[in-house]
Amino acid sequence: MLLHESLVNTAARIPDRCALVAGDLRYSYAQIELLAGRMAARLSAHGVRRGDRVAAFLDNNLDAVVAIYAALKCGAVFMPINPLTKSGKLAYLLNDAEVTAFVSQESLRAEFTPALAQAPSVRACFVAETEGAQREAATPTLPPVCEAIDVDLASIIYTSGSTGEPKGVMLTHLNMVSAARSISQYLGLREDDTIFCALPLAFDYGLYQVLMAFLVGATVVLERSFAFPVKMLEKMATERVTVFPGVPTMFSLLMNLKTIGQYDLSCLRSITNTAAALSETHIRDLRALFPQAQLFSMYGLTECKRVTYLPPDQLDIRPTSVGRGMPNEEVWLVDEAGQRLPNGSTGELVIRGSNVMRGYWRKPEATAKRLKPGPLPGEMVLYSGDLFRTDAAGFLYFVARKDDIIKSRGEKVSPREVENVLYSMPGVQDAAVIGVDDALLGQAVKAFVVLREGHSYSERDIMKYCAARLESFMAPKFVAIVPSLPRTDTGKISKTGLS
Amino acid sequence: MSLATSTVKTQVRAFINDNFIMGADGAKFADGDSFLEHHIIDSTGFLELVTYIEENFGFQVADDDMTPDNLDSLDAIDAYVARKRAA
Repeated sequence: MLLHESLVNTAARIPDRCALVAGDLRYSYAQIELLAGRMAARLSAHGVRRGDRVAAFLDNNLDAVVAIYAALKCGAVFMPINPLTKSGKLAYLLNDAEVTAFVSQESLRAEFTPALAQAPSVRACFVAETEGAQREAATPTLPPVCEAIDVDLASIIYTSGSTGEPKGVMLTHLNMVSAARSISQYLGLREDDTIFCALPLAFDYGLYQVLMAFLVGATVVLERSFAFPVKMLEKMATERVTVFPGVPTMFSLLMNLKTIGQYDLSCLRSITNTAAALSETHIRDLRALFPQAQLFSMYGLTECKRVTYLPPDQLDIRPTSVGRGMPNEEVWLVDEAGQRLPNGSTGELVIRGSNVMRGYWRKPEATAKRLKPGPLPGEMVLYSGDLFRTDAAGFLYFVARKDDIIKSRGEKVSPREVENVLYSMPGVQDAAVIGVDDALLGQAVKAFVVLREGHSYSERDIMKYCAARLESFMAPKFVAIVPSLPRTDTGKISKTGLS
Repeated sequence: MSLATSTVKTQVRAFINDNFIMGADGAKFADGDSFLEHHIIDSTGFLELVTYIEENFGFQVADDDMTPDNLDSLDAIDAYVARKRAA
């Protein structure tokens, strides 16, 4: 099955069912299918062919959903880009993936114009003046015939790497359909569900809310952000939301509201958490607030989407566990030599299943570090790079990352990527970036900077410089200007002891 | 526009310029521009904005007041602060 066939099938089966609520507007499955078909015809008319990359640089809105399915209908590969991305990185992403067609919105023009000027591969650019404008301007051409098969790429999703250079995770139709099926199976998603999605579609768990809803025929309430929690609660109540996926920062923001008890969320039957672990306090508070809802603690990585989930009935028994492998997937721990470890051990988590990526786009060395031969001839399994321990029953507990990636607000932040920006400031001699504990963000980004003689930036100057070049969650929240940084015997900057 | 209200906008604009400026044209936003729409402030940034308003304009922002109508542009904040001060 191809990823977009879920939309085709659902639109044929229940055409009038509401697929999407975006802002004040509602769209049925038939409407989304029609809009995606028209957009696919436009992409095709502009030369988009099987395997071409189509970037969607959009907020969470109708156009983003339409662009994704339109690209797939052309047999093309969709590439969601976080709308917080700045022009320099955007240009890197467009060039790295050799994007053919680019879909965005008017309010991002100042950011994408300079990026497109440096991206010669982009042959077609579609900009919606206002949300849904593409629908009005649609040409009546028939959508193209999709020639893709399920081992072709459906998507490339960029993720931060420890080298500081973002890597494109290549996912096939089979990868994504497998993951969507397994997750919707263990969550028990149903056609009568209403899923609330304020996670960005450029973040894979946000994206999967749409993919899974369209698979089962549920409704997605798409929100641009979680900036106004009270508005979110109102919306959840009026839309009678049944499934609420989030990350710990989002749940923190919600539970800080004194008025949270005033909203009728009695329809809520499932809360899912990913990206970072919920604290035991959060777990307790969420369950007290929403006793009718099941709470799923989960762990995943873009390279295979989901790895584990904790069945809600285990939450009291193993509150800090992220559970076990999801359906149709096998996971185990290995030691440094790659030997499989018995229950009760600590080691690197390895994942085997049809959800495991094809590798990193045009990065064979980075791919070889993650994908290694599995038990069957020719098969590759995914080395997560994360250390876990198992209890006697095989339930997994996160121990540590093997690299130095920071998790802030549920997003991955590469210290190297931030340091590269710091080093681009003429007055910066040395820089070291670490994550520090933060009650709301999980970890906050902190930069230590040594200035060159004759330069006198303030901490604020440095933060502003970074904020103009990095996604907001990557920009340092704290900056310390220091006379020198500790070094190892070989002269490399040592981050041990920085805090 | 009274002197007092224009001061609110000037102060908040200075605060935003100092702390956010996320977009390429962040510094050029108009008084009526939505911070969210133009990616000037992100979701956790609004918490910092609320703290700033509380510390500088002498009142608490109630949970129910944390809405786009009150906070999502300089014009909105100006009107909101004026209403709170008149209350």
